[in-house]
Amino acid sequence: MSEEKLTQIYIMGKAYDVPTGITIMDAMEYAGYRFIRGAGCRSGFCGACGTVYRKDDDYQLEFALACQEMVEEGMHLTQLPFTPAPRSDYVLGELNPKENVLLQHYPAVARCVSCNTCTKACPQDIEVMDYVQAALRGDLEKVAELSFDCIQCGLCSMRCPADIKHYHVAQMARRLYSVTDSPEPEHLNARMQQMNDGAFDKEMDELMAMSLDGLKQRYAERVIEGKEEAS
Amino acid sequence: MLSWQDSGRRRGRLMTGIPYFPGCSLKDTASGFETSAQYVMEKLGMPLEELERWNCCGTVSSLTTDDLMHHLASVRNFVRVQDLGQSELVALCAMCYNTLARTAGRINTDAEERDKINQFMDREEDYEGNVQILHLLQVLKERVNWENLEAQVTHSLEGLKVACYYGCTLVRPKPVAIDDTEQPTIMDEALESVGAESIPFAFSTECCGTYQVVDRRDLSIEQSFRVLNSAARAGANVIATACPLCQHNLEEALREVGTKAELGSIQIVYFTELLAAALGMDLEELPEGIQQLLKQHAMVEGGA
Repeated sequence: MSEEKLTQIYIMGKAYDVPTGITIMDAMEYAGYRFIRGAGCRSGFCGACGTVYRKDDDYQLEFALACQEMVEEGMHLTQLPFTPAPRSDYVLGELNPKENVLLQHYPAVARCVSCNTCTKACPQDIEVMDYVQAALRGDLEKVAELSFDCIQCGLCSMRCPADIKHYHVAQMARRLYSVTDSPEPEHLNARMQQMNDGAFDKEMDELMAMSLDGLKQRYAERVIEGKEEAS
Repeated sequence: MLSWQDSGRRRGRLMTGIPYFPGCSLKDTASGFETSAQYVMEKLGMPLEELERWNCCGTVSSLTTDDLMHHLASVRNFVRVQDLGQSELVALCAMCYNTLARTAGRINTDAEERDKINQFMDREEDYEGNVQILHLLQVLKERVNWENLEAQVTHSLEGLKVACYYGCTLVRPKPVAIDDTEQPTIMDEALESVGAESIPFAFSTECCGTYQVVDRRDLSIEQSFRVLNSAARAGANVIATACPLCQHNLEEALREVGTKAELGSIQIVYFTELLAAALGMDLEELPEGIQQLLKQHAMVEGGA
């Protein structure tokens, strides 16, 4: 077996040699940590593994998704932090988007001093401060557009000195935008019509009647979109 | 020295107008202030070009001793102007003007504070300290000049009696005052250029009650009522404002005491809405109050 290249990192202050080129999450598991929470899709989509780290002799706090960022020599890792970020309750259909409802539900938006710490914390490279500013002036389209890649990891809100719940604000804006200003999705409407007309009732009844093992087999043999060739 | 068009081109982007900072209220509750100003500046051949990226000016300076952080928002906007190869930024909202101008006055001259802010914005471009803030009224007076404004009038406001309400933020504190702090005339001059009669009144630079409206509404109503009363007694048909918050507070006071006979049928409008009407903006695009006002008092025949 060839000699494996190693990278020295620190987890909670203790040094570990881990294989070069693995992710933060893999490195922590390699060192013996087990993730029960703070890990999800492991593909950079679910936002469960937002984390912070520091590099040797650098005061800067760095931000990443643990399942995406590769370990580097001298990286200081810690267990994944989590900050509760309460979400406002609302019923979408009852809101009047002509008023600045974002500000009514998340008044802390008005506390933004433009420090940009949220943007620096975003592992998705979203211009978070810019969309908070757009939210302040009620520009739903801009918030929706700028925040589109958000995976709700919450690092922005963890770092905000003004206690703004950025990702909840953005989600609300996207929802409002989708029911008000965005164009009607024709394909979705057509599909909904088909479903209401009972076009899929036969398949649905068939599934409902299947045994658990039958369902498992059906799931294992399913054709994944885009991977039809391989299957 | 390069003209602003040339310097814009130098950075790979051609600016067609003056860099302009709208502010949050003008995108929300005070949109008529913005659309009328844009109309006026288009007509005068000096269009306002909104910064592509901008953030809240920061509003209301903090009263703490260590308040540097509260100037960061303004500085970020200056960096955007600097990115365009420009050195001037025009504001319309009096509150934004005040906040931006006070920050520029401080950060442009204090190298140590500028350095501190640049250090904080460690991963962004440094601010070099060269952006100056202008209010639209200054641009109209100094760049356009009153004769050229008058030359563009298609619907003179002759017959209209306007009380120009400056409030606080256009004229205080002195270092950022756009005119005399006690007896400013710059807005009066603008509206006289388009045919209106300016009516001097005692409360033109009194406070409207500002943010007190949030938790001491009675106080701001009382304060704004004095302003309304003073303008109405002086014989004005309309009060012209340059601030969304002044506008709001005066409107609130008018709603509250609207039936009082001595106020007559006084209206409260943005000064740019009157200028736009005089320069031919479709009356249908202006608030209903202005339409009535102009049909009633000025020589306008049912719209442009």
